[in-house]
Formats: sequence, C-alpha cells, structure tokens
Amino acid sequence: MSPIMPEVKAVPNVSSGGAEPLPAGTDVPSTAVLSTRDLNVWYGISLALRDITIAIPRNQITALIGPSGCGKSTLLRCFNRMNDLIPSARMTGEITFEGLDLNSAETDPVSLRRRIGMVFQKPNPFPKSIYQNVAWGARINGYRGDMDELVERSLRRAALWDEVKDKLNKSGLDLSGGQQQRLCIARTLAVDPEVILMDEPCSALDPISTARVEDLMDDLKSEYTIVIVTHNMQQARRTSDMTACLMLDDGAQHGHRTGIIAEFSPTDRLFTNPKDPRTEAYITGRIG
Amino acid sequence: MSAPTVDADPAVLPETLWAGRSRMLMIQETLIGPFLFFCALVTVVTTAGIVLVLGTEAFRFFQMPEVSAVDFFFGTKIEDDPVSPRFGLLPLLWGTFVIAFGSSIVALPIGLLSAIYLSEYAPRRLRSVLKPALELLAGVPTIVYGYLALLLVTPVLKRLLEPLGLRVETFNSLSACLVVGVMVIPMVSSLSEDVLSAVPRGLREAAYGLGATKFEVSTRIVLPAALSGVTASFILAISRAVGETMAVVLAAGIRPQITLNPLTSIETMTAYIVAVTNGDASEGSAKYQSLFAVGLSLFAITLVLNILSGLVLRRYREVYN
Repeated sequence: MSPIMPEVKAVPNVSSGGAEPLPAGTDVPSTAVLSTRDLNVWYGISLALRDITIAIPRNQITALIGPSGCGKSTLLRCFNRMNDLIPSARMTGEITFEGLDLNSAETDPVSLRRRIGMVFQKPNPFPKSIYQNVAWGARINGYRGDMDELVERSLRRAALWDEVKDKLNKSGLDLSGGQQQRLCIARTLAVDPEVILMDEPCSALDPISTARVEDLMDDLKSEYTIVIVTHNMQQARRTSDMTACLMLDDGAQHGHRTGIIAEFSPTDRLFTNPKDPRTEAYITGRIG
Repeated sequence: MSAPTVDADPAVLPETLWAGRSRMLMIQETLIGPFLFFCALVTVVTTAGIVLVLGTEAFRFFQMPEVSAVDFFFGTKIEDDPVSPRFGLLPLLWGTFVIAFGSSIVALPIGLLSAIYLSEYAPRRLRSVLKPALELLAGVPTIVYGYLALLLVTPVLKRLLEPLGLRVETFNSLSACLVVGVMVIPMVSSLSEDVLSAVPRGLREAAYGLGATKFEVSTRIVLPAALSGVTASFILAISRAVGETMAVVLAAGIRPQITLNPLTSIETMTAYIVAVTNGDASEGSAKYQSLFAVGLSLFAITLVLNILSGLVLRRYREVYN
C-alpha cells in the first residue's frame, strides 16, 4: 500500500437507496440510510481503513465487530464526521447519508451531528443536572417546543424516567454507570436524530445494565437506525440484524494497522455460516 | 556482567554472588528520613516565625499610648505628626484595592480568553510555543514592570489623555493597574489552561456529538466544568496583585488618599512599607511599629485569598471522582 494519498474523487450519490451493485461477500437490504464506497481513512501517513464499502439499512441494528485496532470505532466516527476533531485524520472515497455527500467540504459537520447522534464507550454525562443533561443539546439546537415535555419524553424513551423523575435537579454524575449511559442515550434522543451510533456502549456496564441497554436498543430500532461497535460477539448476535466483521489487512504496510471489511451479512448467517474464513476464525475464537 | 550465564536458573546461583547492602548504605537509609523532615520543617518554622514576629510587634504597636486600634482600622488619615501621629489603614487598604481591582479588569478577561484559546482553539504546535512564551511574562522582574510603567505607560497616557483636558500625574494608579494586570496574566492563563485541558475529552465529544459548535463546547461545557479551577486562578492572581510591591511603588507613588480618580497617585499597603522602611522612622517609634501592623494586615488578606483558592480548587477536584 502506498503511503501517498490516492486522488479519489468523491462522486455524489444521487440515489439514497444504495441500489448500486456491491462487491461479492456483501448482502444488504435495499434501503440504506448511510453508505460508503471505497472509503479510506488516514491518520497522518498511516492508513487506518481501506476500501470500506458498506450500506447501513434503515430501522435496523448493524453491528461492527472485529479484533482490537481494526478500525471499528474509526469507521463509526466517519459517519458523523467525529474524526474531524483529530487534526491528522483524513478520508477519501464516498460516504453518503440520505443522499448527502458527507465527505464534501460543503457538508456542515455541526448540523450533521444533530441528525446522527452518538453514544460513547464510557458514560459521559455533563457535570450538570439530569434535566440539563437532556435539555442542553435541544437548547443549543434551538428547540422551541415545551422543554419539560421533551425531557420527560426522552427520559421515558430511554427507560430512565421512573428512576429519576423525583431527582431531575440532581447531578447526572450521581447516577449509577448504567443509569448514566441511559441518560446519555436520552440526551441523544432529545435532539431527535435519525441515526444513533453506539461505540461499545456496554463495555463499562455490568450484565444487568447491559441487558437493559440492549432491550432499549431493540425498542428504539422501530424509529431509529442504530450502528453499534462491540467487542462482545454475543451482544452482536443478540441485538443486531446485520453484522460487519472487520479484520486487519495482512497486506498492510509494515508497522501500520489497516482495517478492512472481511464480511458483511445478516447476523444469523454471519454467525452460523460465515463465508469468509477469517470471519469464521474470529467468531469461533481462533483469532482476535 | 555478573551473571555467569544468561539462562542460568536463579535458584541454583551460588549464594556468594549476593553481597547485600553495604553498612554505609544502611546508615544513609536511617538518616535520610530525619534529614528530609528537617528540610520540610524549615518552611513551616519560617512561616510560624513570621507570623509570630508580625503578631508580637503589631501587638506592641497597638499598646502604644499614641495609637488606638479603632483609629488604625477605621482611620482615613495617615499623618506624620510628631505629637499626635495618625495611622489610618483605610487609605492604604483603598490603594491596595484599587490596584487589585484595576489589574483584575485587565488580567482576568485576557488571561481567561487566552487560556480558552490555548486549550480549545490553538493547533497543538502553536500551543507548544505560545504557552511557554506567555509564562515567560511571569519571569520578568517586577521592577522592570515598574519602570516600564513610569517611563513608557505613563507618558503614553499623558499623550493620550492630556489633550482631552485630563491631568495625568507622573505617579498614577492607572498605569500601575495596567502593568500589574499584564504581570498577572500568565498566572490566570497558565493555571486556567491547565484546568481547561484537564476537562475529560469525553465531555467535549459528547457535546460535539449533539451538534454543538466549538464555541458552545468551549464556553458552555468546558468552562463550566472547569469553573472552580478558573476561579482559583483568579483568586491567586488577585492575591498576587495585592502583594505586588515594586511595580506599584514606581508607578503609583506613595500618596495615601481615598480617591476614585485613577490618574492621581495612591499608596498601597506594600508601598507604605517600602516608604517607611526607607524613611527615617527610628526603631521603636510608633511609625516604625506601624509597619508590623500593616504587614500583618497584608499577610491576613493574602492568606485568606490563598486559602480560598485552595478550597475552591479542592471542590473542583472532587467533581470527577
């Protein structure tokens, strides 16, 4: 792999349906919300993701699995341009959200991030009250409706309302880890996103809190499209409809870790009958 | 090297290879603890000694027949009358307050805004140059600030303000406030930058993830999260301005008066101490003893400010634990 950035011209994706033929080994439903084609991501001169072509189906849960360092989180952060915050990160290739070219200079990452929300690995409520945690994002985005109603609705949607309704003025940091994570989900829901990106949302939680978050995800997918990065293969299997298995590219330049998509299939098929030998090796625990 | 073979089993190495520690090292080990304790003690004893001397000497001042404590703390006049001298602290307190307040107007906003720039906006490489450069300001001797005020700032003020019909005295509190303000900017910016940078990355990412702009993230998430640390830096800067001496003596002069006019001379507590020490007050006279009362008052003010900033800072540290 040459360290020099290839000149890939991003072609705007006119049809948001993602109906173009995709390479073999991928099998996606027809309505894609987010899709990438030949996406490459660079950190400085190091290629972190290569030739990523994936289409995220609407109102489904898509899991990204794979060994550590293979770029799962990097891919997730491409979807809401979070990698912009890293000065050395660059991307080439095509990435579209509802027909909008995400990689174009005209796309405003700030307004994009309201439509594509994110939940992080470590619960990170603001050091503000529970109420303010939920209301903050809505307020900065100019929400004009009834804020009390929005806060209650978001907390109910995140299955947290009954636990916190009597202490909305307490600090969000006083909650337990699992409650904090549901507060972060409520905060994300309050700005009315279309897609929710989850970066290992349960890795800092105990099994009971994890189960609650997983139930919540299942409940939310009727309204939202969810993409989840997880280290936990059981979790991917339990929660997701589609699974992409990422792998480290054996042909990567020495000393660099480059992630590629080994297989992207419906979750049932990927775990019971993987097409790619590396996927099989990973899900059976032989590598990773 | 000491080991005969690299892969020898340590269990079978002969016991003779281990010499143990020398007697000298054992003695060192027993002595090092008390020695370190002594070093730590020096500062504590010095502080206690200063408080003791200031306290007893100030007490003797208040015992003098020509002095009354009420007159000292509430008097508005300092008069060097040989028969009935007046030692009113208020003009000095006012002078000190003017310098602290005026320099804060300069230092707090500039210091805070440059801290926000350094921690949130500046590219990493620029920041690695800018921050030490700002801290360099703190290394300029304060006497240099003093004569810059007298020889540069005041003449500029005269050129600017006298055409408007304002009389600018050679010694004036405005130029002193300006230079002391610049002098304490690094305290505010450096300490504030530290606490702003210490705000967890996750909080910033969470805010960006909700569609916040950089300015919203900086001012509405990062700054409130670091507020007590920033407040502590403010208090320390004010405390520094209160204790500042040389720049103030040179720029603001030594005329004790309570005035709102920033273009005339004032006298701060520190300037009074310099003036009396350099003057002809004989040892044991009331004027001489008044030094200790003023010094004790000054010490009390800065001590309270420093304790306050410590308390505020401690509250800040608790937030993330």
